[in-house]
Amino acid sequence: MAGQRTTDTRPVLLTNAHIVDPSQNLDGPGGLLMEDGRIVAVGAGALNNGAPEGAEVIDCQGMVVAPGLVDLCAHVGEPGHEHRETLASAGRAAVAGGITTMVVQPDTEPCIDDPALVNFVQARAQETSAARVRVMAALTKRQEGGELTEFGLLGEAGAVGFTSGRGTVSNAQVLRRALTYGKDFNALICNRPEDQDLKGSGVMNLSEAAVRLGLGGIPSEAETTVLARDLRIARLAGGRYHASLLSTAEAPTLMAWAKDAGIRATSSVSVAHLTLNEIDIGAYRTFFKLSPPLRSEDDRQALVEAVASGTIDIIVSGHDPQDVETKRLPFAEAADGAIGLETFLAAGLRLVHAGDLTLSRLIEAMATRPAALAGLDAGTLKVGSPADVIVVDPEEPWVLTSRDIISRAKNTPYENARFTGRVRRTFVGGVQRYAR
Amino acid sequence: MTKSAPNPYGFNRPHLLGIEGLSKLELLDLLDRAEANIELGRQPKKKGDLLRGRTQINLFFEASTRTQSSFELAGKRLGADVMNMQVGSSSVKKGETLIDTAVTLNAMNPDVIVVRHNASGAVALLAQKVDCSVVNAGDGSHEHPTQALLDALTIRRHKGRIEGLTVAICGDVAHSRVARSNILLLTALGARVRLIGPSTLVPGAFRDMGLEVTTSMKEGLQDADIVMMLRLQRERMQGSFVPSVREYFRYWGLDEKKLSYAKPDAFVMHPGPMNRGVEIDPAVADGPQSLIREQVEMGVAVRMAVLGAVVHSSGNGGEAL
Repeated sequence: MAGQRTTDTRPVLLTNAHIVDPSQNLDGPGGLLMEDGRIVAVGAGALNNGAPEGAEVIDCQGMVVAPGLVDLCAHVGEPGHEHRETLASAGRAAVAGGITTMVVQPDTEPCIDDPALVNFVQARAQETSAARVRVMAALTKRQEGGELTEFGLLGEAGAVGFTSGRGTVSNAQVLRRALTYGKDFNALICNRPEDQDLKGSGVMNLSEAAVRLGLGGIPSEAETTVLARDLRIARLAGGRYHASLLSTAEAPTLMAWAKDAGIRATSSVSVAHLTLNEIDIGAYRTFFKLSPPLRSEDDRQALVEAVASGTIDIIVSGHDPQDVETKRLPFAEAADGAIGLETFLAAGLRLVHAGDLTLSRLIEAMATRPAALAGLDAGTLKVGSPADVIVVDPEEPWVLTSRDIISRAKNTPYENARFTGRVRRTFVGGVQRYAR
Repeated sequence: MTKSAPNPYGFNRPHLLGIEGLSKLELLDLLDRAEANIELGRQPKKKGDLLRGRTQINLFFEASTRTQSSFELAGKRLGADVMNMQVGSSSVKKGETLIDTAVTLNAMNPDVIVVRHNASGAVALLAQKVDCSVVNAGDGSHEHPTQALLDALTIRRHKGRIEGLTVAICGDVAHSRVARSNILLLTALGARVRLIGPSTLVPGAFRDMGLEVTTSMKEGLQDADIVMMLRLQRERMQGSFVPSVREYFRYWGLDEKKLSYAKPDAFVMHPGPMNRGVEIDPAVADGPQSLIREQVEMGVAVRMAVLGAVVHSSGNGGEAL
């Protein structure tokens, strides 16, 4: 079961499956064999040599076998807020959601701006997490938006990128230098495009709904003005820019412009922003209070289209555990954020069942592409790769009830929501870390 | 300094404002003249008389110990009366402009003013407003011509030539007047110049000047004959251009390992003052390949040559030396 450190490394053979691996354009019937933590055969001809002696054979009739998902944006409370989420509890939730590698964010206490903290988190995760854990380090010291962190030394310690985290690097010169300096280390520089002044005291999307609820609105321009600026700074500096957590319909047009202009820019969107909108807030339901805010249905549809076309590169969980004290408050006073690890794939499958995305594109946006952005040997079923593999029943109907929630924090926007499709098994390095 | 036959293609200008615009023959002439001064500096009795009765004013708007004392010593060895303007206590602090200061000093009829200023182009501006010779002792991030000349002299004495050498200039090129003057001079004399440093300190625009630019010491030091380290200002290494001293030293500090990428007979130079443990390991700075102390000695010889040349240029009614 999840979280237990088994040493069972006997070969595993998955048969009769539907293999989906965008990294090698696989989307059809086949099998997969893993041994000694690595994938040794995959595809229609995977069983040509038969099963090795002692192999565990799992019949995957009706199941999809895909690369384990790679989530580039998960907040975990360790160190500093272990009462919300630990690496252990997040790891359990991750493998249940099909995630085999989660990239944790630096917004901890203390924040991850020093190589020693990268080492600490990785060592803790090694001991306690069912999923692989990598670290996104802070872009600026103490996350104050002023001084650059040690991209070189942090990268050597294992950081896969550098991010403004929940905040925004608003100083254009700092972002310019980060991209310029980051270029020397081929570093991924992530910024949350959000203008704090335009956001002001806003707590949800600026719209008729906000007016009706009497809540302060956040205009789309809080995102698009900063994104437009950031993309031009990326053009000037020439580094690898990544816009984290887009929420508006106009953002994809800016990203499309940047890609056409040859700017090395990529972007992400959370699965919540692809599947929910501001109407879900209903009667001040704080579990739907996110940052950036859930926006209109038009925005949501534009984001989904952008993911389908590849204009938005990747989907992240945006997992952000909050406890009762920070959520059971009047809407405007409640903390932002929602958990999202264990519903990651299931929520994404909604888009597939709605006909908005192919399953292959979903897996690409949730596994293959994020792994490539972070420079990870993951997100693929290629022979020789680490055996990070999920088995998914794409048609299983289920309802998420609060007592089923694995995360330590319970602030899911999908409570009592219906899903079609569920992770059945998760293998990390050839070892089964989740099964049901 | 000994008087020799006038060189018709040699340096014969009333000012030395930069290396830019000087011909190869002018540069070689200055180096040859400086060479002749080295012996004088090693005699027990060092005084010459080329500038006897002449007045030299050192006008330093930026604090400097070594350059100012080098110019002072150079002037004195040529017999000049040298006055150091203490800008900190002068009327500049009281709001007098650069031009006002120039006009005031000009009224004292000096023969040469040696100027350092923190603004690029300020020395050339001052030169337009005075009747005497002007020597640039460093203007902003623009030029520091006597430093480049003394570096070239040091290199030539140890390598026998400049032409065909590969010189790697490492560190904060963006803000360095030493780097700019050296690039111009070494290129003019036929050396191949490479720039190494983080992109925040070595802008890509240097590539457009036809120079090789790299962020990797390993790559940049390959086959280098000369490794020229630049000083990194403290305020630039705390997160604005470079995140920290330890990261800078790790990737761009010259230690014995990185030096081993250069030719085995490569020499190490630094214009000073050094930050040991930031841009250079003490073991390298004080090691057998270091020419850093000799650079200081060459500084006096070069400045004697320059002061003599500008004061006695034909443009000043003198006879070109």
